[in-house]
Amino acid sequence: MNLARRVFLKATGLFLLSLGLKPSGGVLAKNESPNFLANPQALKGRRWAMAIDLKKCKPDCQDCIIACHWAHNVPSMGNPKDEIKWIWREPLAKAFPGQGLESVNSPWANKPVIVLCNHCANPPCVRVCPTQATFQREDGVVMMDYHRCIGCRFCVAGCPFGARSMNYRDPRPFIKKINPNFPTRTKGVVEKCNFCVERLAEGLLPACVVACPEKAIIFGDLKDPQSEISQILRARFPIRRRPELGTQPQVYYLT
Amino acid sequence: MLEKAFHGSRSYWFLITLLLLGIVIGFFFYLKQLDYGLGITGMSRDVTWGLYIAQFTFLVGVAASAVMVVLPYYLHNYKVFGRITILGEFLAVSAVIMCLSFVLVDLGQPARAFNVLLYPTPSSILFWDMVVLSGYLLLNIIIGWTVLGAEKKMVTPPKWVKPLIYLSIPWAISIHTVTAFIYAGLPGRSFWLTAIMAPRFLGSAFASGPALLILFCLILRKYTRFDPGKEAIQALAKIVTYALIASIFFVAMEIFTVFYSQIPEHKQHFIFLFAGLEEHRFLVPWMWSAVFLAALALLILLYPPFRQKENLLATACAAVFSSLWIEKGLGLVIPGFIPNPLEKVTEYHPTGPEIAITIGVWALGLLILSILYKIAITVKQELES
Repeated sequence: MNLARRVFLKATGLFLLSLGLKPSGGVLAKNESPNFLANPQALKGRRWAMAIDLKKCKPDCQDCIIACHWAHNVPSMGNPKDEIKWIWREPLAKAFPGQGLESVNSPWANKPVIVLCNHCANPPCVRVCPTQATFQREDGVVMMDYHRCIGCRFCVAGCPFGARSMNYRDPRPFIKKINPNFPTRTKGVVEKCNFCVERLAEGLLPACVVACPEKAIIFGDLKDPQSEISQILRARFPIRRRPELGTQPQVYYLT
Repeated sequence: MLEKAFHGSRSYWFLITLLLLGIVIGFFFYLKQLDYGLGITGMSRDVTWGLYIAQFTFLVGVAASAVMVVLPYYLHNYKVFGRITILGEFLAVSAVIMCLSFVLVDLGQPARAFNVLLYPTPSSILFWDMVVLSGYLLLNIIIGWTVLGAEKKMVTPPKWVKPLIYLSIPWAISIHTVTAFIYAGLPGRSFWLTAIMAPRFLGSAFASGPALLILFCLILRKYTRFDPGKEAIQALAKIVTYALIASIFFVAMEIFTVFYSQIPEHKQHFIFLFAGLEEHRFLVPWMWSAVFLAALALLILLYPPFRQKENLLATACAAVFSSLWIEKGLGLVIPGFIPNPLEKVTEYHPTGPEIAITIGVWALGLLILSILYKIAITVKQELES
């Protein structure tokens, strides 16, 4: 076949153009049916929030941590360098820095409190992420897309609470017992607490809330004035971590 | 013009081989990093950026500094820089390529790097940094290549290149401003949360870049028949002097604000840098070396008879370059993470593979630079003979 150069170029050009047109093909035929069916029992909220009762939380109890880390396949890396954690304990003076608790020898200073992602209403991690791999849902939960994350760790630098962990190596060999109901992660992506969205979708409260033997963790919809969390935040004196930064944490501590 | 890179002296080929060796070694360790993950580096949960991002930040400055030769030459018709403008532009090209490579080797999932383009996110400074850096790379390749090509054919450069040259001037400022914004806009990282960050970046950039350019000029004059001209080198030396003073001034302003206000959260990072926190003093010797080198350089540069002696000038330029490499490299990135938001100090020490990869990227940049300089110098020499 003797194809003229001109014809060949035309055909190539048309072919390349058609590749570019392909995505707009969606307007011709649209599938109206939803991709998945929501569980009718799913818990619905307009602004999920958490309150942690510092009076009830027992210093030597780790039930919430164990429950969360098992539910979400959080590995035990065995060294602080590669450590991955979603919820953990910190001395109160470290979780609330700059309060001067140490200087008055307050017995509260060393009391361990549990810390986790604050699911800020104005999250800096979402703002800085270059791929929207970390994003905020309409109900306020700050989420991670582990398949989109490029592992630049800008969100880790952006988080003023140290809530984010990077998978510095393959985490799977370090998961003691894999929970088949939740995905494991790959090396090179960032992860953190997800407010148990996978449990909310099935009508269950977060794993840490359920696991707490003291009922020290309260979870609910802040936009619903009748919810337990709204009521307890009105009744008690709630504080938040580093409120001066304007990130508006949605995890409250009851003093 | 590319063919000019394939004919060179023995020392040229020795240099090329050496740099290729550096790239191969670096690439070997990069493959290891790909396999194991970023855990192969000294970075940790608390110190999540290290040597790679430190090099990236510093090299953006080197790239931006090309404007210090472009601006006097094209805007003020300062003819003395005519011979070295191309050197500045090609230095920018290789520096930007190094920057982009350092970001790439720092990614946990490099195969997904193009997600930044696939899901453009204007709220992210990193997205903008990618935009301005790639734009600056293109601008300098196009301008440098076109102007050199025209020079080779002994014609005036095409008209369309002039607007691009003018555009490249504010663009150079933008790459370093945007890079500063990566740091300066993060709540809770008090070391970086300062409005002086971008000016400070530009100050140190305009000192370290031209200092490196002077060193290259001196090396080229010694090992090739290319002479950038004494006047051009001295003019660059003046630029380095002013920029170094500005740079020191900006750091001093930072130190005043932090220590006069006495806000512990802001103070602790500087105390960590210059005195150490608890028993952690691993950056202290580096920082004091930077201070000493800057002081030495200032001493030489401020006194004209010293500055005019080219041996002393070379010493001063090496001192400026090393001092600012520390100050705007590890000395800028690491203390942002130390202490961490929970007031914990985590040590950071680069590992062997991390250093090998870093050297590999530098070798890649220097290889590109050697080839580009070789082309530029051969073209200029052929014209003269």
